[in-house]
Amino acid sequence: MEFVIEDLAVARGGVCVLEGVRLALSPGQAVILRGANGIGKTTLLRTLAGLQPALRGTITAPPESIAYGAHADGLKSVLTVEENLAFWAAIHGTSGIEPALVRMNLADLRDRRAANLSAGQKRRLGLARLLVSGRPYWLLDEPTVSLDTASVALFADVLRDHLAAGGAALIATHIDLGLPEARVLDLSPFKARGGVIASRGFDEAFL
Amino acid sequence: MIALLIRDLRLALRAGGGFGLGLAFFLLVAVLVPLGVGPEGTTLAKIAPGVLWVGALLACLLSLDRIFALDFEDGTLDLLATAPIPLEGVVAIKAFAHWLVTGLPLVLAAPVLGVLLHLPQAGYGWLVLSLLLGTPGLSAIGAFGAALTVGLKRGGLLLSLLVLPLYVPTLIFGAEVVKRGAAGMAVEVPLLLLAGITLGAQAALPFASALALRINLR
Amino acid sequence: MSIWEYANPKKFIETAGRILPVLLPLAMGFLLIGLVWGFFFTPEDYKQGATVKIMFLHVPAAMMAINAWGMMLVASLIWIIRRHHVSALAARAAAPVGLTFTLIALVTGALWGQPMWGTWWEWDPRLTSFLILLLFYLGYIALWQAVENPDTAADLTGLLCVVGSVFALLSRYAVKFWNQGLHQDSTILKVGEKDPLDPAYYWPLIFCLIGIVLLFLALVLIGTVTEIRLRRLAVIEARERQEA
Repeated sequence: MEFVIEDLAVARGGVCVLEGVRLALSPGQAVILRGANGIGKTTLLRTLAGLQPALRGTITAPPESIAYGAHADGLKSVLTVEENLAFWAAIHGTSGIEPALVRMNLADLRDRRAANLSAGQKRRLGLARLLVSGRPYWLLDEPTVSLDTASVALFADVLRDHLAAGGAALIATHIDLGLPEARVLDLSPFKARGGVIASRGFDEAFL
Repeated sequence: MIALLIRDLRLALRAGGGFGLGLAFFLLVAVLVPLGVGPEGTTLAKIAPGVLWVGALLACLLSLDRIFALDFEDGTLDLLATAPIPLEGVVAIKAFAHWLVTGLPLVLAAPVLGVLLHLPQAGYGWLVLSLLLGTPGLSAIGAFGAALTVGLKRGGLLLSLLVLPLYVPTLIFGAEVVKRGAAGMAVEVPLLLLAGITLGAQAALPFASALALRINLR
Repeated sequence: MSIWEYANPKKFIETAGRILPVLLPLAMGFLLIGLVWGFFFTPEDYKQGATVKIMFLHVPAAMMAINAWGMMLVASLIWIIRRHHVSALAARAAAPVGLTFTLIALVTGALWGQPMWGTWWEWDPRLTSFLILLLFYLGYIALWQAVENPDTAADLTGLLCVVGSVFALLSRYAVKFWNQGLHQDSTILKVGEKDPLDPAYYWPLIFCLIGIVLLFLALVLIGTVTEIRLRRLAVIEARERQEA
């Protein structure tokens, strides 16, 4: 099953920021999103994750197949690493957080509260959530923020395994992940011109 | 779903403030009112049902903004909205968790505070029963208000302004049950109406709350 | 030619511009005739004396206080179902008008109640219901003002209006249950009962009622046009920011 975006337009704060975006993502592929700050990478990812409606265009994806990795990791500081991860595993109906803990190098920290983790450790825990979600399409918004070089390499390995296992990923990032096989999609050509106003399809543009 | 309930309860236990704050506030109301009204037992007995219900209502209101605000800030709500469980279910569970940590302790503490306010003997059973039937409704209605104001910076005051008018029917019927019960009159009608409002709120409002959350997330 | 054409902001402003010059004088005319007739050319009541004449302000204001909320409910439903921006803005424009009418009804009611019942305020079901209605209006307006994104605000207030309507009805019923009350029932439409409205008061009251409905419509039209212009301004500014 493919993940296909056709002629997509997305809006932020009522103003169209990207239009005509097209993309097809097959299992085993990774696409890196590039573009200047404020071009609408986060807006695009949120729209694809179903958190906000698209202005135009279609998004075709298998049902319940998308895992969204946002800026915020959704961690509870008073819960331990293990409890945080086990919660997301239960929500997604998967079992066995052990492989994810080991894979993201968190096994030694399992009983530590999230409040006492460093920023990079929190990030690794946030990324481990993707592994326990059991979903094939990962939409990642700056996944490597606050990770050191070793952790970035670790994450790249995890990503490569995910792709090899038939998964796919759409990643907004500025740094080189060390994934030469990933395609790069530059968003600059899709930048909305003339400021099409978000009017949800009715003839009511206020102009 | 169960995992969400357990997590919310665990958070309330560890972060504190959940059980304690509402209860302490309820106690304060029951102490302050006699100080303001005067110590005559007959006067206190007369106003006890109303004071206890208003106190429970305000204590419930105190912790409403925590239902969604924390999860909104740390991004959990985004992730829950994309998770395989329906957002309506998330809302219902979180309202239930709020009731367990706020409403239920109030129900249990109410008879003790009834003693402070000279509540007539016959009223205790009805007080507990009416709170038991009414407070889950307060949590469900409050979750709706919390969902409406979740994205706002200073949502607390607005939340009270939105939620308190919605609490009016529950308050009237709840206090009426205790008043009539304490006076030895028949309580069936207000009791059934109270239960009806709570059940209706539990059944219908999670849909409205989930809609409000989706609107606030986009 | 469908009625939804008027949901287009441009068309709405044009139409409102044509209606208002007629509607506003008409509303003022009806109100003036009704009030002057009612205050100066009707006999005094055998029981209530001159105070009965507060009725000519009190009854129309109370009626519109409730009808304004009804109009907001319909407008909110239209916005939620059909997503016409004008509808949401009309609901927003109607709220302060409804709030004002509620206040007028409460204040004139207090002025009327003092000589009649010997008290400025009585926790009577009707009075209490209006006080609760006032709270609903305040919450609704506060939510509109608190939310920044206009479409989000429209969605949330629409939802609040729908849910609030259910609870407002419940409150009305609960309050009736809670206290039986002093306030007389409405007598306008009850012909042939034991204590009917004096025919001498009937026509001036009708004039006042028509006048206040027209005034309400005119105020909502003006308010909606203003809101549309504000939205248009915001859109133009947003576009300029984007192009810059």
